[in-house]
Amino acid sequence: MNKKLVNWLGWSLILILVVFIVMLLSLCIGSVKIPLSQIFNPSDKITNEILFKIRLPRIILGFAVGGALAIAGVILQGLFRNPLVEPYTLGISGGAGVFVCLNIVLKIYQKFGVITFPIAGFLGAGLVIILVYILSIKKGKLRIQGLLLTGVMISFISSSLIMLIMAVTKSENLHGIVFWIMGCLEEPNTFLVKMTLLISILGLLISYIFCLDLNAFSCGEEEAHHLGIDVEKTKRLLFILASVLTGVCVSVAGIIGFVGLLVPHLMRMFVGEDHRILLLSSYLCGAGFLIFSDTLARTIISPLELPVGVITGVIGGTLFIYVLTKRGK
Amino acid sequence: MLEIKDLVCGYDSFLLKNISFKVNSSELVGIIGPNGSGKTTLIRAITKLVKPKEGKIIYQGKDITKLNFKELAREIAVVSQDAHFPEKIKVKDFVLLGRIPHFKRLQFLETNKDLEIADEAMRLTGILKIKDRFLKETSGGERQLVLIARALAQEPKLLLLDEPTTHLDITHKIKILDLIKRLNKKYGLTVLIVLHDLNLASQYCDRLILLKEGEIYKIGTPSEVLTYQIIEEVYKTVVIVKENPLNSRPYIFLVSQEEIRRRQR
Repeated sequence: MNKKLVNWLGWSLILILVVFIVMLLSLCIGSVKIPLSQIFNPSDKITNEILFKIRLPRIILGFAVGGALAIAGVILQGLFRNPLVEPYTLGISGGAGVFVCLNIVLKIYQKFGVITFPIAGFLGAGLVIILVYILSIKKGKLRIQGLLLTGVMISFISSSLIMLIMAVTKSENLHGIVFWIMGCLEEPNTFLVKMTLLISILGLLISYIFCLDLNAFSCGEEEAHHLGIDVEKTKRLLFILASVLTGVCVSVAGIIGFVGLLVPHLMRMFVGEDHRILLLSSYLCGAGFLIFSDTLARTIISPLELPVGVITGVIGGTLFIYVLTKRGK
Repeated sequence: MLEIKDLVCGYDSFLLKNISFKVNSSELVGIIGPNGSGKTTLIRAITKLVKPKEGKIIYQGKDITKLNFKELAREIAVVSQDAHFPEKIKVKDFVLLGRIPHFKRLQFLETNKDLEIADEAMRLTGILKIKDRFLKETSGGERQLVLIARALAQEPKLLLLDEPTTHLDITHKIKILDLIKRLNKKYGLTVLIVLHDLNLASQYCDRLILLKEGEIYKIGTPSEVLTYQIIEEVYKTVVIVKENPLNSRPYIFLVSQEEIRRRQR
């Protein structure tokens, strides 16, 4: 059989196994410790409740968000040919952040319920996506470098707006804003969890339609054109795909940094540049990484909880620096 | 094979005008001209990177605007000047990228045929021994060969090259041009090549197209195009043209300002 395929299957199996183990671990530990033997047939009702009503939805959300952020990172880094781009560089989180803050400050959620949080987030993300996209089109062509600059500027503007809102608002609102900004995987609405999972997996499948195009993009836009890729169309579709994935993640789970930056980077070191394996392996690794970080976040100072964004930031950043300095030697 | 009729194309700042010429099958045609005369723009027009404003580009009887990008990439391969080289990719995998236009819908992996064709492309370009090396570990000359191998993996009938020998030493210059000549003679590959070095163009090309300020100044065999009158007119430089004793093709000697002044005295 094809040597490459065997290698890829090997990596996929290892990563699936790792994600599975992390999931089990995450089900077991927490403020109530549940032994492994109880997981598949819980003896009492409370254990059942904790496992399937509280922990499992978080794990599923972690899986969906981690995976989606990781492939959004892979796609954007592939498009920009710049390994330091991540989903949030495009300003999507900023836009979502401003809208969520407005939702908290204007107390819209009191009238229509918690569902307004993801809706506000998604509106903000969508607005920024459209804005960045329109601003970066010149003469019918999407200018990738312009896109990056516009995105970074929108990020700055939105974080200033968030600070403005925080400065003028009452202190009772601050906790909600801060917690959302730092990211959290607790989502009581099961419909939203299911929807995020669906979009995330759909995103992975769609990204595979473009895996060869992304490979061709690695030698530059003109080269991709010479290899028979419809560059403009591909760029647009991939940008929209990455944006929607990020938008959904941000609106459901808040700002969870570093997954989209660190995971593709790590995976590139292990499996290489070929997007046919890079996409799947990054998805799995991102999923596992976020579930792991979330488990840490809710156990480290239990019964209190840390925002998961803090954990991904600290672990991710440290690992990133370690990897970069080690590679330099 | 390729026919360009009254082509006008370009950007706001620069326009190619009144371009008409034919390239016959199995010909090796050189495009020469000063910097900014439109050589690269012409190549970009043939690959549909620049849309024609007027006129037509006809490839094997078909207007290229009617061909989609993939169909075009199966016929015409390009070795361009500013390719980006991803670092963590092996030479053999980079060459395999040239098979992308031949992938069928929903095809995920390279077939054995793809691997054979890539191997053959690497054998022809003499890079089989470095196929397991990463691109960042290759030299400038080797990279140029890798680019040509990738273009050959596309199994093109027409090969376009944009200054493939710039920045290379004479060993690699000759190696690459000999390779292109061999592909042209032995396999009947049609080649359109942009060259800066007039002497190399003279030695290797069957015909030359000389561009000046976006228009064709002269088309013909090297001895028809490379006369001292034409070169001095187009390049605004004093030269002496002599015949190469080996093959009676023109050879151009440059004359420095100091030399001119000394002779005038």
